[in-house]
Amino acid sequence: MIEIAWSNFTPWSALAGGVLIGLAAASFLLLNGRIAGISGILGGLLVPGRGDIAWRVAFLAGLIGAPALWILAAELPPIEINASYPALIVAGLLVGIGTRYGSGCTSGHGVCGLSRLSLRSLVATLSFMGAGFLTVYMIRHVMGV
Amino acid sequence: MRFNIASLLAGLLFGLGLIVSGMANPEKVLGFLDIAGLWDPSLAFVMGGAILVGLGAFAVARRRTLSFLGFSMKIPSNTHIDKRLVIGGLAFGAGWGIAGFCPGPGLVALGAGEIKAVVFVASMVAGMAVFEVIERRRIKT
Repeated sequence: MIEIAWSNFTPWSALAGGVLIGLAAASFLLLNGRIAGISGILGGLLVPGRGDIAWRVAFLAGLIGAPALWILAAELPPIEINASYPALIVAGLLVGIGTRYGSGCTSGHGVCGLSRLSLRSLVATLSFMGAGFLTVYMIRHVMGV
Repeated sequence: MRFNIASLLAGLLFGLGLIVSGMANPEKVLGFLDIAGLWDPSLAFVMGGAILVGLGAFAVARRRTLSFLGFSMKIPSNTHIDKRLVIGGLAFGAGWGIAGFCPGPGLVALGAGEIKAVVFVASMVAGMAVFEVIERRRIKT
């Protein structure tokens, strides 16, 4: 039986943020003809081709610069990172290798792939969602961390 | 130039969306992934909202050969479902479950000046570099 954490549940801001993410992916697609897959945009910088660097840097600069723009208007919502440094390093390595090996992450496969009804992206999304659920279950309820 | 400006704006909008939605906060993400604990279903609404907009955009994009700014449409055509896709997804999902960070929120939290996010992103880039080394070795042999 699933117990819902009603006090943490924020459907409206989640939906609004989701729509903004969708608009970002949609404008990138319709203006530049490309998929807003963040692991692909970042990973492509490691093996850059001619004329293939500036737009990647520009997209990532926008992403990294978003909090700076935000704080001009309002206080930044909390960012709670409870993982230890060793856990962050292992997590980073797994995310880096996994997203490149599986050709995408939550944005490329999850948002863009599902939006274009790609079965391949559905399989990828089910794989990483399933592994995410299982990992949190193991850490919190089996190991009890 | 127009291409780069559009990229910058898309990245910025994407980042703002991650902040508004709560995705930039790892604890919120882990609350969603913790179905056996007190479950916070909010992030399903992030995905839902994004896909709702995305469905329309891809329906328009599918009928075009050039983007609105006149660039070629680069939409993936690969439909192959293989071991790499699944194993990569499982590895990524495990990392996501350990720290609550996927690539976009990691970069946003880095932009917010979180030292722990700097460590996460540095490891993530190192992981991507490891992938490139393995991949090149594989292609050579």
